[in-house]
Amino acid sequence: MVKLIYFAWIRERIGKSEEDIELPDNVKTVGDLIAHLKQRGDGYEVALEVPEVIHVAINQEHSQHSDIIGDAREIALFPPMTGG
Amino acid sequence: MDKAPTIRVQVEDFDLQTEIDALTNGQRDIGAVVSFTGLCRDDKGALAALELEHYPGMAEAEMLRIAQEAAERWPLNGVTVIHRYGKIEPGENIVLVVAASKHRQAAFDGASFMMDFLKSKAPFWKREIRKDGSESAWVDARDTDEEALKRWR
Repeated sequence: MVKLIYFAWIRERIGKSEEDIELPDNVKTVGDLIAHLKQRGDGYEVALEVPEVIHVAINQEHSQHSDIIGDAREIALFPPMTGG
Repeated sequence: MDKAPTIRVQVEDFDLQTEIDALTNGQRDIGAVVSFTGLCRDDKGALAALELEHYPGMAEAEMLRIAQEAAERWPLNGVTVIHRYGKIEPGENIVLVVAASKHRQAAFDGASFMMDFLKSKAPFWKREIRKDGSESAWVDARDTDEEALKRWR
């Protein structure tokens, strides 16, 4: 099980702030995860429509879409950051 | 850097002089302190407030990574990074970075570097709450913020 956390408009479009899911064996990379989540329903499809803009953090560190997920405990998906 | 970075994510406001005093306290070899304060800005008179969301845990961790990277690149005596979240009205403080060093150039560069990376790498998101009560909108990231990182490569 991995804990997924969503922020800002990704959270709003998916309709929840976090969830625990079991990842299928064919989900190896961050990019695979985004593609997998897009199939989970309308909200996910809308939230993840443009994968290139989705930022993903594994165990609270920034990752690339080509990175291997491995035994991540916590994966967060969020839009480009607008702090500062 | 002898002194551990001061990193805070908080709802409350901060006081610049208090933070500078805390950073330089007891150190006699600091010759330069550079600070940057980011404020909530309203260009068109339509903004009631910004609502800032953040990723608890990662926000602090990323701010610390940025501060440590600055300390590796420049000879800094100490740094402070504070970012607020929650509802912030125009004119109020949002973010503070302070860099202390022996000489001014490291302090200027260290503060500028930390701000550039905070904008694009620290997990915070702003939403505009408008005076007229219309639906609030998430602030778009600016390409110039991502561009700004290139000068530090």
